[in-house]
Amino acid sequence: MTHDLTRLSAAEMAARLTAGEITSVELTQAHLDRIAAVEADVHAFLHVNGEEALATAADVDARRAAGEDLHPLAGVPIAIKDVVVTKGMPTTAGSKILEGWVPPYDATLVEKIRAAGMPILGKTNMDEFAMGSSTEHSAYGVTRNPWDLGRIPGGSGGGSAAAVAAFEAPLAVGTDTGGSIRQPGAVTGTVGVKPTYGGISRYGLIAMASSLDQAGPVTRTVLDSALLHELMGGHDPRDSTSIDEDVPPVVDAARQGAAGDLAGVRIGVVTELSGEGYQPGVSARFEESLDVLRGLGAEIVEVSCPHFEYALGAYYLIMPSEASSNLAKFDGMRFGLRVEPEEGPVTAERVMSATRGAGFGDEVKRRVILGTYALSAGYYDAYYGSAQKVRTLIQRDFDAAFEKVDVLVSPTAPTTAFELGSKLDDPLAMYLNDVATIPANLAGVPGLSVPNGVSDDGLPVGFQILAPAKQDHRMYRVGAALENALETTWGGPILAKAPELEEKR
Amino acid sequence: MSTISRDEVARVAALARIDLAPDEVDRLAGELDVIVDAIAQVSEVATPDVPATSHPLPLTNVYRDDVPAEPLPVADVMAGAPASEDGRFLVPQILGEE
Amino acid sequence: MSAAVDLVGYDEAVRRYDPVIGIEVHVELGTRTKMFCAAEVEFGGEPNTQTTPVSLGLPGALPVVNGKAVESAIKIGLALNCQIAESCRFARKNYFYPDVPKNFQTSQYDEPIAFDGYLDVELDDGEIFRVEIERAHMEEDAGKNTHVGGSGGRIHGAAYSLVDYNRAGIPLVEIVTRPIEGAGARAPEVARAYVRALRDIFRALDVSEARMERGNVRADVNLSLRATPDAPLGTRTETKNVNSFRSVERAVRYEVSRQAAVLDGAGTVIQETRHWHEDTGITTSGRVKSDAEDYRYFPEPDLVPVAPSRAWVEEIRASLPEMPADRRRRLQGEWGYADAEMRDVVNAGAVEIIEATVAAGSSAAGARKWWMGELARKAKTDELELADLPVTPEQIAQLQGLVDSGRINDKLARQALEGVLAGEGDPEQVVVARGLEVVSDDGPLLEAIDAALVAQPDLVEKIKGGNMGPVGAIIGAVMKATRGQADAGRVRELVMERLG
Ligand SMILES: [Mg+2]
Ligand SMILES: [Zn+2]
Repeated sequence: MTHDLTRLSAAEMAARLTAGEITSVELTQAHLDRIAAVEADVHAFLHVNGEEALATAADVDARRAAGEDLHPLAGVPIAIKDVVVTKGMPTTAGSKILEGWVPPYDATLVEKIRAAGMPILGKTNMDEFAMGSSTEHSAYGVTRNPWDLGRIPGGSGGGSAAAVAAFEAPLAVGTDTGGSIRQPGAVTGTVGVKPTYGGISRYGLIAMASSLDQAGPVTRTVLDSALLHELMGGHDPRDSTSIDEDVPPVVDAARQGAAGDLAGVRIGVVTELSGEGYQPGVSARFEESLDVLRGLGAEIVEVSCPHFEYALGAYYLIMPSEASSNLAKFDGMRFGLRVEPEEGPVTAERVMSATRGAGFGDEVKRRVILGTYALSAGYYDAYYGSAQKVRTLIQRDFDAAFEKVDVLVSPTAPTTAFELGSKLDDPLAMYLNDVATIPANLAGVPGLSVPNGVSDDGLPVGFQILAPAKQDHRMYRVGAALENALETTWGGPILAKAPELEEKR
Repeated sequence: MSTISRDEVARVAALARIDLAPDEVDRLAGELDVIVDAIAQVSEVATPDVPATSHPLPLTNVYRDDVPAEPLPVADVMAGAPASEDGRFLVPQILGEE
Repeated sequence: MSAAVDLVGYDEAVRRYDPVIGIEVHVELGTRTKMFCAAEVEFGGEPNTQTTPVSLGLPGALPVVNGKAVESAIKIGLALNCQIAESCRFARKNYFYPDVPKNFQTSQYDEPIAFDGYLDVELDDGEIFRVEIERAHMEEDAGKNTHVGGSGGRIHGAAYSLVDYNRAGIPLVEIVTRPIEGAGARAPEVARAYVRALRDIFRALDVSEARMERGNVRADVNLSLRATPDAPLGTRTETKNVNSFRSVERAVRYEVSRQAAVLDGAGTVIQETRHWHEDTGITTSGRVKSDAEDYRYFPEPDLVPVAPSRAWVEEIRASLPEMPADRRRRLQGEWGYADAEMRDVVNAGAVEIIEATVAAGSSAAGARKWWMGELARKAKTDELELADLPVTPEQIAQLQGLVDSGRINDKLARQALEGVLAGEGDPEQVVVARGLEVVSDDGPLLEAIDAALVAQPDLVEKIKGGNMGPVGAIIGAVMKATRGQADAGRVRELVMERLG
């Protein structure tokens, strides 16, 4: 019975809670049980917050019983990526340098989740400071893909995606700087959304690259993403880059899409995001999905975004440059790890260097040094300055494309989940995972990844939908339509195709 | 094309305040070289006529009213400190300050 | 602490070298909250009680610009005759230092809010010297380190610092001059007068309390020497954190003498930052940091551009108060002071207090007499500012009123003031309590006059004989008899009446 509860979508859970068929305590306990049973294999969580989650659940149950007006998602449990600060709950961003740090404040999105009465199950694993595409760069061990424990769950938000795919949580929060919500979604058969830049407050997200970072939902259905997006989104006066407008009508759009009619919707296939480098099974599923969309009445055209080929290069200048500065505060002076040099005088400067040398992992060091180099005297124009110009060109490509079509589509990731360790020694190969997701971050436009089948290797594949800035609802409509059509064909959700994890106690 | 020497890596690591072991310097010199080469192509299209974009959305003039809010309680401020004394953060001696 | 330096005498130095100065002034704005967060700013709070996650640089925190600080920066820019940027940005200045919580200072780099201005500065002799302003930009202050000495050694007993972040994030405006050329021997005076003029402007604009002793206003003084005014600029030094007008002047003088000595010895001046030592009046070399110049500036991605509308700028311009120099000119006219008198008043920092005294009803001459005389002496003896003396402009106006109405004379007024300063109350009260009132009733006066006339018959004879000389002696005797409380003019009249 409890087993069945974890298989429901968040929307279904919410409906049963509202109807009084189940309690939040039951629901939360079912997820905590599931976590206990599969975590030894999956390792999606860095911290499980059982006691507080159950207390929140009990409180919501009591308030519901008292007839209080509750948020639609009240009582539905959620997992939060460890890059988001949570008051009173350890927050490490997957880094040794923050081991044991307990923030004295909540991120804005966490405040909203708490205010809605959603039990927080815990903090999910991630690549250190969200730097990576495989969650292998966590200082606290890898997360494994529930579809195949020998493979990566994607990254940096592999923990959130794996938790949702493994039914440890119905909903999770992710962050996406170059694809860290969408790519894990693709390789774990889950839905992931990066809203328009500024659509969800960044206050309380441990920043990697301020002009690229965006929080978003990680779920099993498009509607669930919309529900969570609506909750977390909206203007935040504490984030200067927050959009001062209402959240786009994402929930309505998801419901409209599920009804199946896409007549009059123009969909553009990005020429540059296909072909060489894309696994045949990925390309095949992509083509089939286009057929499905055509069948729902959409018009499919091909559009070229000629500057997308420069996106990866621009991204690997902007991201490390901003990260090198954002991560400067981790120096052992005010919070977190402090390491003294093994020999020589103990000065502030030397303690900072020793702390950062010991506290940062390889990928973080690589990017901080790359970014420091790119910003250092004499290189700014050639690197950061040039990359910002490429950003303009990519925005122009998007603008031109969206004159012709309502949404753009591509495979989310070029391949299915690769084997743990297989790309760890080749940073450049690792970076190529994000080739299709990065343009949206550079331009600030929203992107959604929805599962669209399994490849020949039996692993899931993702379909990416991009919309113009502040038109997030468009991709929810198309995503929900595709999801609904595919599930009808499959006779159930994609995760039904995943092998059952062995439950251990 | 570009060549990032060991010395260059060591200089930048010092600037970034990261102690690196000698083998890390070697490895990074190689990796950064490859990465910088790969991204150097951006200069192909970053011509003078193209304006830079710093933010994805063109917002301006976002201000806060000059109204105080509750400060963090000092106990919370100091709770995460590696070392403290009398409500202040204790840091190792700062070179050049006597 | 530093090796003794042979200095070249100042006059000698400026005879052979042309000094060029450049001044960077940081002013802490008097906003209620910090530049980028809502932590309340209050002087003298307990350590780390005025912080938020933003001003502590905690992971996840984000800055939001204080609109009032932007307005203040625009006011300063306009007062300094600057252009106000149509759009400008914040930038990160990256450097690691424990009092900088994020290890970068959020500042402005290539896009300051104000630029291309000037300030006409009045020197001690009334000459006007124009200082060109390159830029004024917004930034945030750092926290405060307190060094705790140790007995040396590794870890145990070693020296360390304690950091308080209350000051971290307080809004600053930094004002940078262009190289100030042509001041010649008066360079130290120009430097002092400029910083002082800025201080007066900050106060007039009400953007800062601008209290030098609290470090609200801090100057970095750049100086270089060159052989002649047509020679290219020499290598400069930057003397940091010179925090009083006198020190600004002294620091420039010292650097002129020191650099002249270096150049005379065929040495080269090193471009460096130097520390000012208030106690010894010298500068010493600062630490040479290898990466000091590589700040890796880039536009602050967490903030959006500041693009003040022209309408807002004009609104601010229209609301600017009268500038201190204009105001001084106007007041001098209204008060009828001579140039030298006005200059003394200005140099004594007595403009405001005299203005208040006049506003309270005193004559301008009377107000000047008190504040520049008796009270200036008192302030000097007690080492106080005029404003800190225990007497108000209203009390001085009342005192002068008592004199003007003839109820007391100058001598009694001084006694009354004594009483006021001693805390005995308003002049009126002191006069009554001490019984200082001029004797205006003719009865007692006539008695005293008659007594004096009887006592000095020989003088009476002389006066009756047409020699008016001895009248003074008679009046003196009467004044003495009435303990100075008589109105000398009235006494004279009565004496003349008595003697026909
Ligand atoms: Mg300076
Ligand atoms: Zn400054």
